[in-house]
Amino acid sequence: MKSKNLKLYLSLFKINFYISAFTFGGGYVVIPMMRKYFVNNLKLINEEELLDMAAISQSTPGAIAVNISVLVGYRIAGLTGAIISCVGAVLPPLLILTVISSSYSAFRDNRIISSILKGMEAGVAATIVDLVIDMNREILKDKNWLLTLMVPASFFANFFLNINVVLIIIFCSFICFAQSYFKSRRRRSKI
Amino acid sequence: MIKTIIVLFISFLKIGLFSIGGGYATIPLIQEQVVDFHHWLTLQEFTDIITISQMTPGPLAVNTSTFVGIRIAGILGAMLATLGCILSGFILSILLYKFFNKYKDTDSIFNILKGLRSSSVGLIASSASTILLIAFFGSSSINVSGANLNITAIAIFIVSLFILRKFKMNPIFVMVLTGIAGMIFYL
Repeated sequence: MKSKNLKLYLSLFKINFYISAFTFGGGYVVIPMMRKYFVNNLKLINEEELLDMAAISQSTPGAIAVNISVLVGYRIAGLTGAIISCVGAVLPPLLILTVISSSYSAFRDNRIISSILKGMEAGVAATIVDLVIDMNREILKDKNWLLTLMVPASFFANFFLNINVVLIIIFCSFICFAQSYFKSRRRRSKI
Repeated sequence: MIKTIIVLFISFLKIGLFSIGGGYATIPLIQEQVVDFHHWLTLQEFTDIITISQMTPGPLAVNTSTFVGIRIAGILGAMLATLGCILSGFILSILLYKFFNKYKDTDSIFNILKGLRSSSVGLIASSASTILLIAFFGSSSINVSGANLNITAIAIFIVSLFILRKFKMNPIFVMVLTGIAGMIFYL
């Protein structure tokens, strides 16, 4: 039992470290990677749980990537798991930035580094579009018009109208709460 | 020295607590604390840090706190600034997760979670679009002219998306491949 725990902790640390070391382009990029490792390969969490975690990470303060790794760790191995995942996620940027900070102008102006990063930009875009397609399919399966419409509506509100993420999340939760409230009232009045 | 580290920690605790939504939304907040209020960095240094944070892996806020921490108080400063930055997210996301798990069998919480999932996909799509604009046009604004369209980036994007969908390839492997492609085509 003890060694089994240790193995789990070690793989939590390793995967989070690995993902974090390759997270270019912001918090959302970790979601497709988390899905690959924790949902598809290890089957420790399911797709829906990952989306719940993504939603919670957005609605709470702090970096989305760190919050998700904390929640995945917590779900898999409790508070210890959360701490281990968090350390794994924070360590790569901490180490890399510590090294770079001594000569950051040289790094910034390096042509090889900037061309590698330019290529990765397109790769980041592809991984995140791949994720959006799959997640959208999951939601369409529900055949609930409100949930289906909420995807383009949230997109429009955030991308074109620049409405704050938290406001969008609160508004959507409120609508869903209202829908379930009226549904249950209708059900009750029929009885 | 100890006083500086405490001030650093509290300052990043504030940044962490008020940076909801992540990413670029946090930049003005960090700037206010680090440049305008404490004068730890000049505006030029801050701009450099943002550029480097975008170039290096890891969340923007974590990268910035490491950078500022190390300049002010060495490695210990970097560690405490980062700790301050992630602490409130760590605690609050676990509390919210526990709350949802406890009540997810009730109808209303179950429905709220479903709604959260949908809006979350919309928000991820929004973030994806920003990344697409930056990769294809080199700018995140929507008013882009076709003149500075980056054909190479579009080609790399299409090939990557194809191998991701068709062969279910590991995203990290895709990142390595696109990095190599970037070195070949852009250098």
